[in-house]
Amino acid sequence: MLNTYDFPEFDYVQSDEQKSGQTVRHTVVIVGAGPIGLTAALDFAAQGLKVVVLDDNNTVSVGSRAVCYAKRPLEIWDRLGVGERMVEKGINWKLGRVFLRDQEVYTFDLLPEDGHKIPAFINLQQYFLEEYMVEACEQNPLIDLRWKHKVVSLHQFDDYAEMVVETPDGVFTLEADWLLACDGANSDIRRMVGAEFTGQFFQDRFLIADIVMKADFPTERWFWFDPNFHRGQSALLHKQSDDIWRLDFQLGWDADPEVEKRPENIIPRVKAMIGDDVEFELEWASVYQFACRRVDQFRHGRVLFAGDAAHQVSPFGARGANTGVQDIDNLSWKLAAVVRGEAPLALLDTYHAERAFAADDNLLNSTRSTDFITPKNGASKRLRNAVLSLAESNEFARPLVNSGRLSMPTPYLDSALNTADEGAWTGRMNPGTCASDAPVTVNGQSGWLLEQLTGGFVLLALGVDVEPVDAGAFTPKVVSLGKDFEDTEGLVSERYDAADGAVYLIRPDQHIAARWRGFDAESVKAAIAKATAGAIQ
Amino acid sequence: MSLKLTPNIESPDDFYEVLTDAQRDMTDEEANDMNARLIFVLANQIGNFEDLKQAVAIAK
Repeated sequence: MLNTYDFPEFDYVQSDEQKSGQTVRHTVVIVGAGPIGLTAALDFAAQGLKVVVLDDNNTVSVGSRAVCYAKRPLEIWDRLGVGERMVEKGINWKLGRVFLRDQEVYTFDLLPEDGHKIPAFINLQQYFLEEYMVEACEQNPLIDLRWKHKVVSLHQFDDYAEMVVETPDGVFTLEADWLLACDGANSDIRRMVGAEFTGQFFQDRFLIADIVMKADFPTERWFWFDPNFHRGQSALLHKQSDDIWRLDFQLGWDADPEVEKRPENIIPRVKAMIGDDVEFELEWASVYQFACRRVDQFRHGRVLFAGDAAHQVSPFGARGANTGVQDIDNLSWKLAAVVRGEAPLALLDTYHAERAFAADDNLLNSTRSTDFITPKNGASKRLRNAVLSLAESNEFARPLVNSGRLSMPTPYLDSALNTADEGAWTGRMNPGTCASDAPVTVNGQSGWLLEQLTGGFVLLALGVDVEPVDAGAFTPKVVSLGKDFEDTEGLVSERYDAADGAVYLIRPDQHIAARWRGFDAESVKAAIAKATAGAIQ
Repeated sequence: MSLKLTPNIESPDDFYEVLTDAQRDMTDEEANDMNARLIFVLANQIGNFEDLKQAVAIAK
């Protein structure tokens, strides 16, 4: 299988510390070089931290696995210098169609507004994404990627974690001030720490198949309930790059995964969907079942959890990898500040508060989609089918159709790091929300607002004169409309409700910490103190 | 409690007849399917989430 992609094999290199037998204490060790671990390595390095990444394998993800990457994670990857390549290689899409039998019942547009650098969604095979990030990691002197390194035991002390690591050369001991577990839904680290990982299992099975075909289906997400070619179940068709298409067939709980995975059983299902006369080759297939669950605490002593190791969702809504990348966005500046002694440990605990809140939002959405797609009993199925049959000719029923609510950032509206608004504001840029992009002009060149909001805290001045504010390690960079950029299309003013002037304090992860109608240095300092859990007075 | 819980249906006997007549020739399965669709038609008319939650609680 896999005719369109040659898997790289990364070299195992014995580390100096294993050779010498001298135990080394590292600042940060990341376990797992999947999409989340690699993102963490790049983001921690961008914060100036030295990182060691351990992975028990020596290649990228086999099979395309995660497919849909959303705007926010792509913006994060863009900040880390790998996003443009992903967008270029990936397939842009924003339209989804939902069918009942062979009738279209619902269409959605994921990004109804223009003026964003990054598209709403791209589809890209996970192995490309990992390959690009591995290359970027290899070029970064702060990142030490170690293949064929498997953590076999873990012991925590007050201020560090000790691991026994197995390599082709035997075992050795390694220490870390901080250990970040990005080792997936079946995380060994989570088991070693003894963290609870609870939630809901779903009794259903799905066949996922990637095929190569040259076909003129549009670049849209097509989802069928009860299609004529696969009665009584659901199905999905979605395009990836290099003429690869993702097909997904609901099979029901009684299906035998071993039998369903055989090509002779998959091929008739594919033909029924795409037509007998369309030529294709089967590239990769897998049968999966799923659960929606999360870890009790995102931090256990010196061990932190991110991505699927922290939360597992159903695939409907593309909320797995996408939310994991946002975990890292949230964690990296906090961890860097704590490592450098610039902020109290309390800042790191807001990682749990904010990302557990986001995980619960994802779990809720994912569970609701799953309940719609695979109803739990006859009554639920009757209600689901009533919605679908009404949706065909009645507009009012269409918002109830749930074939997956696609991943959007969860605003941290109740976060302790936010400063509450004074006065009335319109639009979406409430404290705790991820800053919206908009087209700008910088030195006569066209650019994007988010590209200006990097490198720590930012004080974004929109039509208000501001002075530099000294907040020690968290001194914000001032970015002023009219000086540092022009709002060529007026979209910054519109999206940030700034027609009457506005000042925004934006966190290093590009989330709004506070905003005001005018400038007051003491208010800005107080908001930075709040947004850093009291790091400054 | 914003849901109307005092009589509000115009011509209750006429409405009841319309409902039972609609289902007179249906199997239980068909009638149950129709009832499910009717829930959503009526729910859309109510719209307000608090009212709908209260209605579900009363029916349960």
